[in-house]
Amino acid sequence: MNAILFSAVWGVVMMFGGLIMKKKSSPKWLAIVGVSLLLLLNWLEFLGIWAINIDTRDMLEFNGFGLVFNSVAFACTLVYFLLSGEDFEKVGEHVAEYFALVFFVLCGVAIVSSFKTLLMLFLGIEIISIPLYILAGSDKRNLKSNEAALKYFLMGSFSTGVMLMGIAFLYGATGSFSITGMNLGSGPLTPMVTVGLVMLMISMAFKVSAAPFHFWTPDVYDGSPTVFTSFMATIVKVAAFIGFIRLFDNAFGKMHEQWQLLIAVITASTLLIGNITAVFQQSVKRMLAYSSIAQAGFMMFGLFALNTWSREGFILYAAAYSLATIGIFAILIKMKDYTFDGFNGLARQEPLLALLATIFLFSLAGIPLTAGFFSKYYMLMAAVRDGRYFWLVIFAILMAAVSVYYYFRVIQAMYFKDGNPEVSAVSGSFKTMLLVAALLVIVLGIYPQMLIDLIYH
Amino acid sequence: MDPNNVIVTFPELLIWLPLAGGIISFMLKDEKAKSWALLSSIITFAVSLACLYFSTNEWIPLQRVSYVWLPSLGSSFSLQTDGLSRLLCLLNALAFPIAFVATYNTHYQKSNAFYGLMLLMQSGLMGVFCTMDALAFYFFWELALIPAYFLCSIWGGEKRIAATFKFFIYTFVGSLFLLVGIIYVYFHTPNHSFALTAFYSANLTPAQQNLAFWLFFVAFAIKMPIFPLHTWQPDTYEQSPTAVTMILSGVMVKMGIYALLRWLLPVFPEAVKHFDKLIIILSVVGMLYASCIAIVQDDLKRLVAYSSIAHIGLMSAAVFSLNMTSLQGVAIQMFNHGINIIGMWVVVELIERQLGTRKISALGGLAQKAPVLAILLVVVALANIALPLTNAFVGEFLMFNGLFQFNKWYTAFAGLSIILAAVYTLNMIQRVFYGETNAVTEKWNSLAKNEAIILSVVVVLIFMVGVFPKPLFDLTRDTVTSIMVLTGSAIK
Repeated sequence: MNAILFSAVWGVVMMFGGLIMKKKSSPKWLAIVGVSLLLLLNWLEFLGIWAINIDTRDMLEFNGFGLVFNSVAFACTLVYFLLSGEDFEKVGEHVAEYFALVFFVLCGVAIVSSFKTLLMLFLGIEIISIPLYILAGSDKRNLKSNEAALKYFLMGSFSTGVMLMGIAFLYGATGSFSITGMNLGSGPLTPMVTVGLVMLMISMAFKVSAAPFHFWTPDVYDGSPTVFTSFMATIVKVAAFIGFIRLFDNAFGKMHEQWQLLIAVITASTLLIGNITAVFQQSVKRMLAYSSIAQAGFMMFGLFALNTWSREGFILYAAAYSLATIGIFAILIKMKDYTFDGFNGLARQEPLLALLATIFLFSLAGIPLTAGFFSKYYMLMAAVRDGRYFWLVIFAILMAAVSVYYYFRVIQAMYFKDGNPEVSAVSGSFKTMLLVAALLVIVLGIYPQMLIDLIYH
Repeated sequence: MDPNNVIVTFPELLIWLPLAGGIISFMLKDEKAKSWALLSSIITFAVSLACLYFSTNEWIPLQRVSYVWLPSLGSSFSLQTDGLSRLLCLLNALAFPIAFVATYNTHYQKSNAFYGLMLLMQSGLMGVFCTMDALAFYFFWELALIPAYFLCSIWGGEKRIAATFKFFIYTFVGSLFLLVGIIYVYFHTPNHSFALTAFYSANLTPAQQNLAFWLFFVAFAIKMPIFPLHTWQPDTYEQSPTAVTMILSGVMVKMGIYALLRWLLPVFPEAVKHFDKLIIILSVVGMLYASCIAIVQDDLKRLVAYSSIAHIGLMSAAVFSLNMTSLQGVAIQMFNHGINIIGMWVVVELIERQLGTRKISALGGLAQKAPVLAILLVVVALANIALPLTNAFVGEFLMFNGLFQFNKWYTAFAGLSIILAAVYTLNMIQRVFYGETNAVTEKWNSLAKNEAIILSVVVVLIFMVGVFPKPLFDLTRDTVTSIMVLTGSAIK
């Protein structure tokens, strides 16, 4: 509850702060303070030291899993602000408002990680989405940014409509909005429930950009200002996933076997489309957009398996994927040329940046000693433990091998090719922060237990 | 010294020393890195010798160690050496100083990074040979691969990026299969553990064994490589800097064979007996195929690369013959092949650096200009075709003998490769060293001291093991016997 209230309040504080503060760089610091406090308050609630309690009539529930996820999301946001905060100032004039919108998104994230009724899920998803429509279009003189915002808005509202329809069907079938109160047993599916379930699955697949509902993703990610793409592709995406997993785990967990094949097909097609299309991209930003689809495919295993491994693995995946993607986007923003060739010879010019980018790319590709390895490992573990649809595991590892191809193209450009990449000036503190993020990736890659044990705190 | 009260054990030293050496090398100035790397590798070599010496029962505490790593996963960082591990650690520790000395006159740009990555690779290889935990094994397996990728891609030949990328993707696919296989077996171990002993007692039905067998085997087969998964190998060997090629062919391919012995045969005995014929046929086909291709190669590096595929094919066939004789042969031949092929690369490196070409057709008459080199090369080449009195004869004889016990027809076909090997090797010697000298070979300068020393070391090793192989037998007998017991095969 702490996180929901505080993030909403701090969003408002940011907006008014923007009126008072004259210097363009001050909102960034206010936001960093805000998100640190948010992290702290959420942590206090997690440790059971101090929490605001409001009777929500069983509409929200705060358990360890959700609160650990919040911590991961907020910590990643903190890293994101520290790394890319100054790039907010380059997008447009209304810096404080951008930060305010991010805080509203975080409020939505906290709701999605704790909802207990379908209404709260709907509310959380909408609170996440609406600020993002604005952020996507914030570079308002840029046609591509406008296109991204419009596309995102249309597709997003459509999927929200589908979700509402699904909720209506489920309500019709069970007479309850509560995900546990619906009492869907493991018996055969009635037509009403089936339609509701499939509609919810489709709408959530939209939000997490799982194939075949991913079509909006590349254009929106490519068109939006890069600094916001980084946020959308990471924290927002994993938040949608936690909603997806909580919904299907709690509401439909008992009939897991009946919808598992559907999820398996979505997982396989997401992996296939994300990875294969990423291979053919010429722009690193667009490649990262497709790679985020591909990574969503791996996160879908969390939903596919629904066991201890998958829950632990998902938290790890959320942290590993977000950290690495935020890191690589932070470097991308500094580049003048977003194509692969734009990275040629970076290792000579900026050896530290190239090394850190390599660590992030290793993590995304799932090379051992990085967090990405253990997150993929847990997902595979979950799927093997589940035992059904073993072909999906084999398919996933083949696709993981494909992903090496496009991630390593960047490494090849940086290390093995000659060129003079144009890099905007990077400060020492930026490099230090980036180094810290990379160290986190490695620490989680050697000792993932650190994060996972928290779930059982 | 009390062995029960030690601060650090041999496997730890063997892994951490090169790792530390590698990291220090990154921080050094360019010119110092070379001597530092040599020093570091010599220290490691000394440790590996000590590890061999202190291997009797009373020193057992020095040979194993275990740290808690991921307790909830059932994985611990456990290291232990047995005869086979010690032999391969020795090979690994020997290969690096040889490679460093042999290429001492070659200058690399940013040599601190070059030598740093080399030592990291050595550390990864040591880990593979010493670890007794499947997850840690996987970690080291990958750790050895990644420096190799960068070494080949940065310092390699013209077509290096494409060639090493192929190599990386190939082996990475294999590794991922291995990972899934490891997870699969893990869930069938009695108390969910990654320990080697738990893997040995995994409850797998024959059908499950067959599935997991392939997941493991593909990874190992790519690394060795076994036909038809060998296509990355000639390109990578050709494009890599020679020092790296020495390690790749001398030590890294042994990872695959070692893994077969340690992680495949005893874990899936039923499946091994089920697929043995198929794999032996693949291996024999690969031997003949690679030998035939080697005959028509004009590039020295490619010739040696293909000859290596042929030799590895024989080892893999011998592994799957699964009898005492063949496994003993494999264990010894792993060491011998490592020494011999490094010797071949030293010669290739010498010729290339001095004459600027590796094309057999461009060379000729070198024996007149370099009689010493010619003699040394002929010895190495004869060892390569397993002539009696050379080390390879011992190993190959045992392997053929073991294969014969398995099936005489396979042996007959495999035996053809000996003839083919003689054809390509002698043909190469003849065209490079005999005949008329030409404009290219006229440029030859005398052998540098370090190169002469290294080749002599290789030649001495070849004869030593060839005449007196008993220490190697003694070293590996226990491991081989335990593999035979674990696979439930009759011990003769």
